[in-house]
Amino acid sequence: MDKIPILKIGHFLMVAIQVDLYDRLALNLEADLVQAVSKTGARGVLIDISAVSIVDSFMGRILGNIAGMSKILDADTVIVGMQPAVAITLVELGLPLKGVQTALNVEKGMELLQQKIKITEEEEPEE
Amino acid sequence: MKLDTAKILQKRKKQILELWMKNQLVDFSLREDLMSNDELSVQSEELVDVLLQALSSGNLDDIQSSSLEPVYEVLEGISISRAKQGYSPRETGTFVFSLKDALLSILQQEIKNDPVQLLEESLKVSKLVDSLGIITFETFIKGREEVILRQTDEITEISTPVIRVWDGIVAMPIIGTLDSARTQVVMESLLQEIVETSSGIAILDISGVPAVDSLVAQHLIKTVSATRLMGAECIISGIRPEIAQTVVHLGIDLSGIITKASLASALRHAYALMQLEVKKVVVK
Repeated sequence: MDKIPILKIGHFLMVAIQVDLYDRLALNLEADLVQAVSKTGARGVLIDISAVSIVDSFMGRILGNIAGMSKILDADTVIVGMQPAVAITLVELGLPLKGVQTALNVEKGMELLQQKIKITEEEEPEE
Repeated sequence: MKLDTAKILQKRKKQILELWMKNQLVDFSLREDLMSNDELSVQSEELVDVLLQALSSGNLDDIQSSSLEPVYEVLEGISISRAKQGYSPRETGTFVFSLKDALLSILQQEIKNDPVQLLEESLKVSKLVDSLGIITFETFIKGREEVILRQTDEITEISTPVIRVWDGIVAMPIIGTLDSARTQVVMESLLQEIVETSSGIAILDISGVPAVDSLVAQHLIKTVSATRLMGAECIISGIRPEIAQTVVHLGIDLSGIITKASLASALRHAYALMQLEVKKVVVK
């Protein structure tokens, strides 16, 4: 069975989706990712979908789900590299992925996650 | 008998052409500014040539016959080129229908003695030229539509330029009414430019949009959502007071969108987001 590799970089997990996600693969990814977040205690998840050219409502929902689940486990999700066509499709489908952070590319997504962590770390001692 | 007519016409080809040219030149609507008389006579001769050739080889009765195809082809070429040159339908129609007069008067001269045959042949010729006329109009309209379509495409393309106002900031001033087709172009080219320049901020300036209705507002919201999905921030600027009024009256919620009154203030906001500062430098 196909699996999408989940890489750990520092405090973050990184997933690069390089193939078209079929429903089964997307569900597996969801399960694996949530497991990995809880196991590694990751603070952020970065999903690169720059190679994805086709998207449907199911995948849109899965992405939303992943973000929601990670949030509960105290990890921010950033989706990076979305193609214009994919963005248009998601909007037309009525899935603007509220609550999901986005960035233009992996580099900017990393910066965003690092900033988030810094902010929370600064805040924590005050509490 | 059919062959007779064809033969007669073939024989008197030169006169037909002369007569036709005369008919065309007499017409008050002749556009010498669009085409010289020489060109006109070349076109006319070409058409008469194919027509007579088709008649002598085929059946005059059947206007669907395949022997007439080359005639239709030549006619279509002439008609389309006229549509592109800006001839009016009347002028184009006169071009074909004045041929009928020429053909009929030649027939009249040749078949003087037999009124029955003359009537018969005249009807056939008349029917033939009518069908040529229909073809002319069909292609004329097709030619005009092509011109209009091309212009529409050009206008859509020209009217939605994406400008790089700063490193990492792109702007798109929209001029004219937004309809669904244009909005699609606006959205696509803006998103494409964001990818190409990897800009973090996009400014959508709508100061050139005369009216905002709920449909346009919805399109704008969609564009903003799409830019967000790609990881960029979208600012809508150029909202005039009247537009703000309509938006609120229509009950459209733009609260989740950064809106600014002018392009300048949108740019200022973009600089703030990018942590840039514009300073006046005192020159010593």
